Amino acid sequence: MREIQASDVIEAVAGMCMKANTELPADVRNKFEQAMAEEDSPAAKEVLRQLLENADISNDTKLPLCQDCGLAVFYVEVGEDVKVTGPGLREAINEGVRKGYGDGYLRKSACDPFTRKNTGDATPAVIHFDVVPGDSLRIAYMAKGGGSENMSRVTMLAPAQGWEGIKKFIVNRVAEAGPNPCPPTVIGVGIGGTFDHSAKIAKRALLRKLDDTHPDPKIADMEKELEQELNKLGIGPMGLGGKTTVLGVKMAVEPCHIASLPVAINVQCHSQRHEEVEL
Amino acid sequence: MAEYKLEMPLTDDAVDKLRAGDVVFLSGTIYTARDAAHKKLFELLDEDKDLPFDLNGAAIYYVGPSPAPPGRPIGSAGPTTSYRMDTYAPRLHALGLKATIGKGKRNDEVKTAMQEHTGVYFGATGGAGALLSNSIEAAQVIAFEELGPEAIRALKVKDFPLLVINDAHGGELYAKPVLDT
Repeated sequence: MREIQASDVIEAVAGMCMKANTELPADVRNKFEQAMAEEDSPAAKEVLRQLLENADISNDTKLPLCQDCGLAVFYVEVGEDVKVTGPGLREAINEGVRKGYGDGYLRKSACDPFTRKNTGDATPAVIHFDVVPGDSLRIAYMAKGGGSENMSRVTMLAPAQGWEGIKKFIVNRVAEAGPNPCPPTVIGVGIGGTFDHSAKIAKRALLRKLDDTHPDPKIADMEKELEQELNKLGIGPMGLGGKTTVLGVKMAVEPCHIASLPVAINVQCHSQRHEEVEL
Repeated sequence: MAEYKLEMPLTDDAVDKLRAGDVVFLSGTIYTARDAAHKKLFELLDEDKDLPFDLNGAAIYYVGPSPAPPGRPIGSAGPTTSYRMDTYAPRLHALGLKATIGKGKRNDEVKTAMQEHTGVYFGATGGAGALLSNSIEAAQVIAFEELGPEAIRALKVKDFPLLVINDAHGGELYAKPVLDT
C-alpha cells in the first residue's frame, strides 16, 4: 500500500484553487481569439476583447478572473493501493480549499441554504470519489460559479423522445438562460445513468479540454451538431447578440434504465476554470 | 448609439436621455448589494428605519467582490446575475433609486418600475472582475459587515464601463434567441 502525505494533498489542492482562478486555460483563450475573429458585431467583439484583457490582468496581478471563485468541486480517482495519511483524503481536500481560497484572496461562496450564513472558508467542497485500480491519486478541481449553475437543469425524458427530444431540451434551456450564465458558455450534457448520475457526468464532462474530440465518433458528431444549433440562437457574448453563444458542448453518455432517458445540462460560464493533478 | 460620462448621483435628466445600447462611463460613489443585503435593506424599510445610504439618485451594483489583496482597494468585482434582485428593485426605484448594475435579464415588473420612476439598468461584463476592479478607486464596508462578500460597500468608481441594457423608455439591448418553432 502506497502512502501519500496529507500535507502533499493539501498543497496540491491549494495550488490548483489558486491557479485555476487566476490563469485562463490556453484552450479557452484560443476560443476567445477565434470567436473574436469570427464575430461581426462590435459589441460581441468588445466583450471578447474585455475578457482577454481581464485574463491578462488576472495573470499579472493574481486577482481572480471572476469574483465568483465558485463552489469548489472535485472529481477524485483513488487507486485501490493508495492511502492518504493523517486526517484522511476528504479532510485533506477541504483543508487544501481553506488554504487556497485564503492565501489566494479568493471569494468564499459557500453558505447555509436556509440561514444563508457564509461558512467563511469556502468549505465543504463537493467531492466525488471513484475507486480505480493502481496506486495513484488523481484530483480534478473545478471552480463552479453560481450564475451558470443556476441555469442548469435535469429532466427525465421518455425513451421515445430520443435524440430529437434531448436536443430540444438543451436548446430551449440555453435559449431561456439567455444572457444570465455569462455566455459564451460551455455546455456539459449528461445522458443516461439515473436522475442524479446524469448530473454528475454532465458536470464531469466540463473537465474536458475545449479542443478535444470525444473518442466515440458518433457522440463527437452529436456534440458538433448541438454546438452548431446552439450558436444559431444568436445570443452571443454576454447576450448582446452574435455567433458565439457557446464555446463548446461536452457530452457524457452511459447506459440507463429501460424505462428512462435522463438528461442533464450543466451550464458553465466562459471562465472555464479547472485543474488536475496526479499524486 | 451614444457614449456618455456620468457622475453620481444620477439625475432624472441624465437617466431620461439614455437609450439601450449606449455606453456609459460612470464616476462617483455607488453601493454594492446582492441577495442577502437586499433582504436586510427590506427589513429596515419594513421597520421604517433609515437605510445605510441615500437612495435618491443612487446606483446599486449587484456584486460580491473577492477579498482585497494587500495594496489594492478591492479584489475582483464583476457583476452577479440580476434577476435574483428583481423582487426588490421596483420598490427601491419608487424610493428614488436611479440605476442598478448587473448582468442578465430583468423581469417585467422591474422594466415597468424603471419607466415609471425614470430608472436605468446597466450591464457590466460578467466574468471580467479583474478588469472592472481597475475602475474602482476605493471601497468601504458601510453596512452588514457580517455578510462578508455580501456586505454593503461604498465604491468610489472612475469611468466604470457600462452598457445601457434597459432604459427608462422600454428599450432593451439583449438579443432575443432565434428558435425554430
